[in-house]
Parts: sequence; structure tokens; C-alpha cells
Amino acid sequence: MKAFSGRALDSVTLDSVRAGEVSADDLRIHPETLEHQAQVASQHGNPQLAANFRRAAELTALDDDDVMRIYEALRPRRSTFEELSEIADWLAERGAVINAELVREAAAVYQRRGLCR
Amino acid sequence: MGVGRIRALDAQRVNLDGFAVENPDLGLVALRSPHDPEPSLRLVDGRVVELDGVAEDDFDTIDAFIAVHGLDLDVAEEAMAYTDVQLARMLVDFAVPRQQVVRLIAGCTPAKLARVLALLRPAELTMAMTKLRARKTPSNQGHVTNRADDPLLLAADAATAAAYGFRELETTVPVLADAPSNAVAVSVGAAVGAAGVLVQCSVEEALELELGLRGFVSYAETVSLYGTEDVFTDGDDTPWSKAFLTSAYASRGIKMRVSSGAGAEVLMGGAERRSMLYLESRCVALARAIGAQGVQNGGIDGASVAAAVPNGVRELMAENVMVMARNLEACTGNDALMSESDVRRTSRTLPILLAGSDFVCSGFGTIQRYDNMFGPSNWNAEDLDDWLAMQRDWGVDGGLRTAPPDSLEALRRRAAEAVQAVYRWFGLADLSDESVDAAVDAVGSKDLVGDDALSVLNAARTIRESGLSMVDVVAALAESGFEDEAARMLAMLKARVVGDYLQTAAIFTEDMSVLSAVTDPNDYAGPGTGYEPSPARRKEIDDIRQARSVEDLRAEQASWASDAISVAGPGLVGTDPRDVVIGVSPATGREIWRTLSGLTVVDVLREILAGIEEEGCVGRVVRVNDTLDLGMIGLSAARLAGSGVSVGLQAKGTALIHRRDLPPLANLELYSVAPVLGRGDYRLLGVNAARHARGAIPEPAKNPYTDEAIEARYHTAVVSLIAVERGCCAPIGPDELKVAE
Repeated sequence: MKAFSGRALDSVTLDSVRAGEVSADDLRIHPETLEHQAQVASQHGNPQLAANFRRAAELTALDDDDVMRIYEALRPRRSTFEELSEIADWLAERGAVINAELVREAAAVYQRRGLCR
Repeated sequence: MGVGRIRALDAQRVNLDGFAVENPDLGLVALRSPHDPEPSLRLVDGRVVELDGVAEDDFDTIDAFIAVHGLDLDVAEEAMAYTDVQLARMLVDFAVPRQQVVRLIAGCTPAKLARVLALLRPAELTMAMTKLRARKTPSNQGHVTNRADDPLLLAADAATAAAYGFRELETTVPVLADAPSNAVAVSVGAAVGAAGVLVQCSVEEALELELGLRGFVSYAETVSLYGTEDVFTDGDDTPWSKAFLTSAYASRGIKMRVSSGAGAEVLMGGAERRSMLYLESRCVALARAIGAQGVQNGGIDGASVAAAVPNGVRELMAENVMVMARNLEACTGNDALMSESDVRRTSRTLPILLAGSDFVCSGFGTIQRYDNMFGPSNWNAEDLDDWLAMQRDWGVDGGLRTAPPDSLEALRRRAAEAVQAVYRWFGLADLSDESVDAAVDAVGSKDLVGDDALSVLNAARTIRESGLSMVDVVAALAESGFEDEAARMLAMLKARVVGDYLQTAAIFTEDMSVLSAVTDPNDYAGPGTGYEPSPARRKEIDDIRQARSVEDLRAEQASWASDAISVAGPGLVGTDPRDVVIGVSPATGREIWRTLSGLTVVDVLREILAGIEEEGCVGRVVRVNDTLDLGMIGLSAARLAGSGVSVGLQAKGTALIHRRDLPPLANLELYSVAPVLGRGDYRLLGVNAARHARGAIPEPAKNPYTDEAIEARYHTAVVSLIAVERGCCAPIGPDELKVAE
């Protein structure tokens, strides 16, 4: 089992924490682990949960501020259609293609339902 | 006004509750509104073009998201072809495997599932819940908050809640900026109480996410869904923002569930004339669609709105079953107080407790009502013993256990001191030892000393601005001598890397194994199957702190032993016509020293003797050894008495007056309600026995009356006392006893 940083989880111990040798990325989930969890969710009758884990796997590559920023942009009347489209492009450039699709979908529905800024 | 009978009813607590006439126009309707849509689903080329009577071009955001993401289109046509009754029966029938139900319901539209659930009667809902919940092992969630956001009290109360068995703890704040401080205090306290307790801090969506990203909470729940687009938008989110939020949590390995529930749309004036059950069905379908693993519903903040209409409480349970049928974790309400009546509160929860749920309460208030910053819960700290008794009564697992009273002080102190150490370590606040002492003993925040409000706010701000993370807190705990707790908190952080607790209905055991729909699937398939508490868990359920064995009673009685009673020789027949014998039971003055009313046997005998003497007779005490039957004790004593009159006394306090010529079960006077007999009653007993002996007229004696449940309270003690008496019985003659002045 490895963390997002690539570090083996077994090497994260109380001693290494005390020595200041544990970074935030040593305690973050790795995208491959989320892919594994997605497969487990599929096998247990919840493809939507699997899809969520696959979106999450893409989001591991984003830092906290970007995650917060995109969440905020998706809230009602925060963004224009163009701004949402730009976010979708930005996500796609970083390999977050499922999330990019989700944001594009949102942009279209927001426009139809008057939820764009 | 009206007659006294109605005035008396008006004063009952149930009449503090509000009851509404059903009114679909306002959304004040539980199960079915005439304006609920007809279920429908039309597919063209694998795309949903009509959902519950709405055409694709007219889909609102909720319809649109469910249509694209929420339904299993491979089974939809098959599922929608079943009648409502057919599906309803599958939900209830334990011969139909859960998996089969879950497969079909995944293809049902919101309107369809609402209709199916509306058919289920309460007993059927109970059966459906027993079978359909995702996790086999039930558990419970508790609130830990206080008015002052006092971190010492939060920690002590979190440790206490963990000790009582809560596997998830939810905190929130009266002051938003205090959130990071509360999250740290409750996490530390929980780790002192038990390993593997999940912690969340319920605040506005963005701040809650930030707390999660920084490691301060191990799950999130304040991700609210609503059943109409307008209310959803007023809640400042859309299905897409919520879906993204759901993935954001998962991307950091944090468990989350969404919150919905009847009444929210009604309260916000946006129910669109639909029934509560239909609107909630949209929420639950959406929860599944966005990929959340679970749902907290069953009214929640709107529970009292649902409870105000006909079938409202049934609707609350139907919502929960709906979640389970969609194969999601169910956190089944029973949190916001829906009635001031203890009877209605219990009625609302009981079927869910009996069926078992992933989390029976989505917030049992583990603290005082006034300290609950979510508002009073349906169950609060004062109800803990009731809950434990209900579990034991029914032999069901409601997730709680007895926290040993003797260990609570040390536990609370360690929790408060751990927080004190962490806050000092980072220079967040210097919380005094006096404050720690107060938090340890406090029932609630009213018992705290001083006011640390400003230092709490400063501490929270420092946590938020200094970039402090939970790893730093773990290090501080370890450096301050709280290694075990530090290890427990590190284990919770590491669990995020493993990701197993992201699966449906996951909780941790105390050895950090994950119990979830994956590792602990509910396999109920009728009697003899499904969840059965392990022997160790059964013992926890059975062994409440108030339970007493014969041995406990013997020890308790021994503590009242006295040398005022001694054997003077064999009990002999008297010849003096003024001789009145008090015959006592075999255990009197040997193993039993105190009557049910709390008087000592010595005091009772002294009162009877004084009463006899007062009337010019002479009393003596004889212990009858060969029977514990009070009639026979009295008769044996009467046959020894020169006057032919006796008093019979069982050590537990029951007494009578007997005469040697009467049959055993007859008597002259009987004092049967031992728990309420006082000194005066025994004095009068002596007086009347002497009057019978002299042929004078006795005083009329009345058994004292009480409308309390005397029998319930004393039956168990009586059974034990009789067992002790039986152990003292022997086929030997009576002893003359001396009672010291």
C-alpha cells in the first residue's frame, strides 16, 4: 500500500511523525488505490460510487486550493458559461477528463436553467 | 376549557407538539400527494427522454442529473414493468435476496420508488429495513457539542461518547470560526475514548471541505440535497457542485454521506405541492447518482414537520428504507427532537432500533440538550440509560454499551489533559488545570468555570492560519505523553490512504478493521440468519450498570450487618398471657439486615417491640428457621406466644399479625407493601398485636399507597431476597433472639 507521494504506508509510523518526516502527501490516497476501490464498488452493485471514485482519482492530482476553487465555481450563479468551459479545458489539460466532462455537462444545464452568472 | 378530563389532557407534554391538517398545496402531506407525478421512464437509444412525466427538454437540474447518472438503464425497463405491489413485496419478502432488490431498484425512477415505499405498513417497513440495510452490524452516531465551544469539555464528552460505543461523532459550532478548534478537540477526545471512531465537524460546505482536506475530520455529512430545484439552489448548490464535492472528499480518502430528509422543502416554501416521500425519493436517487456512499435522512431538521402530518413518522422510516433499497448507507434520523412527549419520541425510534440500522441515530445527543448546537436531539444524554435498557429489553443492538462509571473520571481527565497539552504545545491557548477539573466533572457547559471564548476563537484562528494539520496534532500528542492516543489518531489518518472506509456503510472496529457493505454485508434471509450479536457484544448489551445478582444483594446486605441481634438460646413456648412473639424469617439478622424500605431490621424490631410494650404487653423475638412462608412464620410464632398472638416479619419488611387458632394463610392484619412501610407503621403493628393479645380494639391500619411502579422496582430484589431466605432455611427449631437496646 503506497501513499500519493509514493511512500510505503507501513513506513509512516509514530516515530517518523515525531521526527517530522511525514508530509501531507504521505497521508493522501493514491489514484491507483481509488481505481481499486472503484472496481470494488462496481462489484458490489454501485456503479455510481465507482464513477465517483474514478473522478476522485483524477482529482488527487489537484492541490487543495484548485479543488476548492472548482467546487466554488460550480455553485449556482458563480460562473459564466465561458468560465465553466475554461475550467473544463483546464481540467482536461491535466488529465482530469471525466471531471472535465462533468463540468461541461454542468455548463450546458446551468445555461438552460438560468444558473450561470 | 371544557371538562376536567380534557383540561388534564391539555397539560400533557404531547400537547406542546404541533399537529397540522394535511395540505398538499403547502407540501404538508407525507406519503402521497394528488400532485405527485405518475412514474414514467422513456428511453431512446439508451438515453432517458422522459422521467416521471417530464420531457427531456423540461428536465430541471435534479431530473437532468438523475437521468444521465442515476439510473441503471440496463434494468430500468424490467424494473419499471413491475407493479408497485410486486416491488413492495420484494422489499419485504426475506425469501427475495437483497441483491435482487438492489438490482431492480437501481432502475426505478423517483416517483416509482416513492409509490412502492408508500405501500409498506410499519411492520413491513421494519422487515424491509432488517433485510435491506447495507451493513450487517448495526451502529450509532452521536453529537458532541457545547454552547461555549469549550475544547476541554468537547474532548471529555467525546471520550465519554466513544466509551459508550458511538462509532461516529459529529460536532458543530455556535461560532463558525471555532470549527477547527472543535474538530481537533473532538478528534483527540474520541481517540482517548476508543480507537477507530469517525469524527466530523458540521459547517458550511466549503469550510467543511477545507477541514477535511487538512485532516481535521475523518468523515463529512453536511452535504445537503433537496428535492426541488429552487430549494436546492437556495441551498447554494447544484447536483453538479455536489457531485464534484463528493469526489473532492474521496480524492483525499475521506468518507462522506449526503443529508436530506422530509420537511426541508416545506419549511423553505418550495415543496411544489408534492408529498414529502416523493421529494425525498428525488434526493435519494440523486444521492446515488452523484456517487455518495450514504445518506442521512429521516426528517433531520424537518422531522417535526413530517411528524405534524398524518403518517408522518411512517414517512420518516420509509425514507430510510428507500436509501437502503438504493444500496446506500443509511444514517436513519432519530436526531432532531420531533416531540416533547417521551412516548412519541420512543414510538418514532423503536421500529428502527428493532430492525437495526447502519446508524440508528444520525446524531444521538450525547450531551445535555442545552449544549446541543444542532438543537435538542430526539435522544439526549439523560436518555443513555433508557437506550441501554431498551437494547437489553429487546435483545437488540442499538450500537451502545455501558461506559463503566468508575472509569469515566479518569477517561474524561485524560481527554481534557490531552487537549490542554496540544493547545499548550502549539501556543494556541493556555487552558488552566482548574478548567480541566471543571470539564471532567461537568454535566454540561453550565458547570464550567470562567469563559475561554476568546482563547478558543484565537486558537481556532491560529489553527486555520498557521497551516497546522492533523499530523502536527499527532506529533504534539506523542511528544506530550499521549502516545496511545497519538497512535490511534495516526491510524485514522492512515486509513485515508487505504481507502477501504470509502466503501458503503463503513465503520471501524476498535482494532481498526473496516465493517462495510463489502466486508460485512447484511445477509438477512429470515429467522435464524443475519446479524446476531457475538457473545461478547451480547454481554455488553445485557450487563447494564444497574443489573444486580443475588451475590450483589448479599454483599450489599452484609454492609448493613449489626451486632445488635444475637442468639440467646432455643425459642421456647411462653406462658405469660401478655407474651407476644415476633417471629422473624430464617435470614433475618444472618444475611439480611435491611428491609425494602431502607429501614434496618434492627430498627424495625425495636419499633415493633416498643409498640407492644406501649400497650402493656411483653415482646420477644424468635427466629423461625424451617420456613420462609410468612403465614407459617407468623403461625409458628403464635404457637410459641403465651398470648397466642404474634407478629410475623420477613427480613424484607413484609409483616402480619397472626393467632395460633387461625389457618396458616389467614391473619389478623397484613402489611404487604414492604417498600413503603416506615417506622410508624411498624410501631402501630406492635401496638395492634398487643391489643389483639389483650382483646382490645386495634387501630385501623392502612397499607400506605403510592402510584409509582413499586413492583417493577422491587421484584428483582424480592426474588434475590427470597433466594437468600431459602438458603438460610433448615429443618431445625426456632432460636430466641436478643435485640440490643
